[in-house]
Amino acid sequence: MPESIVVLGATSGIARALTSRLAARGHRLLLAGRDVAELQKTAVDLQIRFQVAVHVEAFRADDYEGHAAFVDRCSEVLGDGPDGVVLCYGELPDQEAAFNDATLLRKSIDVNLTSAMVVLNLFAARLAARRRGFIAAISSVAGDRGRRSNFIYGAAKAGLTAYLSGLRSRLSVDGVHVLTIKPGQVDTKMTLGLVKRGSPLVASPERVARDIEKAIRRRRNIVYTPLFWRYVMAIIRLVPEPIFKRLKF
Amino acid sequence: MVYASELLSGWGNCPVERCDVARPESAVELRRLVMSDDGRSCISRGLGRAYGDSSLNLAGRVIDQTRLNRFTAFDPETGILTCEAGASLAEIMEVFLPRGWFVRTTPGTKFVTVGGAVASDVHGKNHHRDGSFGESVRSFRLLTARGETLDCSRTENADAFRATLGGMGLTGCITEATVQLERKSTAYCSVNYRRTADIEETLRYFEDTDAASQYSVAWIDCVAQGKSLGRSVVMTAHDAAPSDLPAALAANPLRLPIRRKRSVPRFVPSAVLNYQTVRIFNALYYARHVDGRKIVDYDSFFYPLDGLQHWNRIYGRRGFVQYQAFFPRETSRRGIVALLDLISAAKNASFLAVLKSCGRAGEGVLSFLSPGHTLALDFRYVPGIGPFLQSLDACVLRHGGRLYLAKDSQMSAETFAAMYPRLPEFRELKGRVDPERRFVSSQARRLRIAE
Repeated sequence: MPESIVVLGATSGIARALTSRLAARGHRLLLAGRDVAELQKTAVDLQIRFQVAVHVEAFRADDYEGHAAFVDRCSEVLGDGPDGVVLCYGELPDQEAAFNDATLLRKSIDVNLTSAMVVLNLFAARLAARRRGFIAAISSVAGDRGRRSNFIYGAAKAGLTAYLSGLRSRLSVDGVHVLTIKPGQVDTKMTLGLVKRGSPLVASPERVARDIEKAIRRRRNIVYTPLFWRYVMAIIRLVPEPIFKRLKF
Repeated sequence: MVYASELLSGWGNCPVERCDVARPESAVELRRLVMSDDGRSCISRGLGRAYGDSSLNLAGRVIDQTRLNRFTAFDPETGILTCEAGASLAEIMEVFLPRGWFVRTTPGTKFVTVGGAVASDVHGKNHHRDGSFGESVRSFRLLTARGETLDCSRTENADAFRATLGGMGLTGCITEATVQLERKSTAYCSVNYRRTADIEETLRYFEDTDAASQYSVAWIDCVAQGKSLGRSVVMTAHDAAPSDLPAALAANPLRLPIRRKRSVPRFVPSAVLNYQTVRIFNALYYARHVDGRKIVDYDSFFYPLDGLQHWNRIYGRRGFVQYQAFFPRETSRRGIVALLDLISAAKNASFLAVLKSCGRAGEGVLSFLSPGHTLALDFRYVPGIGPFLQSLDACVLRHGGRLYLAKDSQMSAETFAAMYPRLPEFRELKGRVDPERRFVSSQARRLRIAE
């Protein structure tokens, strides 16, 4: 059945691929993000391609006070919904810069973790009241273990993963499903210049979006995308700390 | 602004150059990139299907526009589509063909962007009748180094329109284009195959059928020599009507059959394609195509090679050179024979050789085709290939012909200037639209287009 779905951070590369997948399945979409002009263009594109209704709303992750009003507007625009929420935004800070600059560090934690918790709590209450629907959020394999090269981002994502795990448990009694998405390296704007394009280890946003859409449909709890990251991370988690602390990656 | 330093090449995998690549995902970002006044040049890149160095920029920046690929307006009454330059013909096909619309003119791959199709003023199997891609372009939007947005059409900024169509991205950054789509009642062509014994018969067959056929193209066995020189399989075709289709297809006339995905592995030994294997392939191809009529879907008819992903890898690590020459009508027979003679004398067989008759000249100042014939060939790149190609260049020039910029990677600035007599006019127009000379590619530098 087509549902109404709110996509937070809808200008991100993964979000654009995912909204195409969702629209292709006939879902009504509400695209939320900072750059409303860009979102409007994406909305028109989705309407032309898939002939579905697509709405646009301004949303700023760092505007905590505005979150409640934003959630209200989503319900208003979508009539009764939403039936689902997908959180796609995130920020990859420069590890060294954020390590030495508390402002950068706080901003990264705020965007990746605090704001996500605040806005998803609000949506969670609404979905729980209707006793159905889903919340899906993009965490990261980086949250599975803190590595020397990106543990500030990793800490935020580890927090997000823990939060989603608890939220899933809490909402399970209300019939609301929670999906934790853990992408590996994806060829997006966030990683341009940091990962090797064309390498078999780097996934396209389209590939990741396909996995996410499927996981939402099958009400999976945790999805690694592409799947091989599940095994890679299983091994990485098993490395004993005395050895792990010497690894430079 | 984030740039990734990457090894880039065109579809021919040759040359390979390290370039700083940016891939904007919003209009604001694109604008910032184009306007960035750090003194470095930039060139747009789409899906990288130009064969040579048209979308490379060794000394400067490359702007990958493939993530700016949105449709911005479509009128289902008139079939007028506006899209961002990074949208591909494949996407247009996927979205609009089921609704009974498609572009009138398509090149031999659907993995080209609309921006690239404008910049190269590409052509297809219908050139003899419908001209090049530019004819269905109503307007486009050009972003200049100063951040100005020029809406270009035949009536507005007409000079910039003429310079940009076929202008290889050297006048500015094409951000959006408005294209007239054509009504289609099926996704199929009715194709007639006809084998000819030599070049004379091939050209005569074109002459006899061109007026009546919507599409025509000849595959030439360029290994055949002597009396059989230029023997071909000529395909003439037109869009199939629903009544042309067999019952099994007529139920869903606009649905394309699903193609099995096949791909070429990353590294193919260079020895796979040699004179002998190409000879065998050509002989088999000629033998297989008996005369007759067949219903063929658009994918198979327009894009036979798209079915094999990464087909460009079959030439091995060093890549290959595409060589597409145009000859004006008066000299085309002599020119083609002379070119084929040179090739078979050098025992440098081209795996694929395609001949096409051409109609009215493109509107772009540097548009490639005019009335006459065009012959497309490809050669495995080997380090000593230069003199051989120069002998071909001289032959083309001697017959009043020219080479296609979207395929070129080797010709000299002198050859280019001699082949494109309107170059001074182009330079003048570029100077007006892009006085900063921000838009430069490796090809433009090699051919001294912008100087």
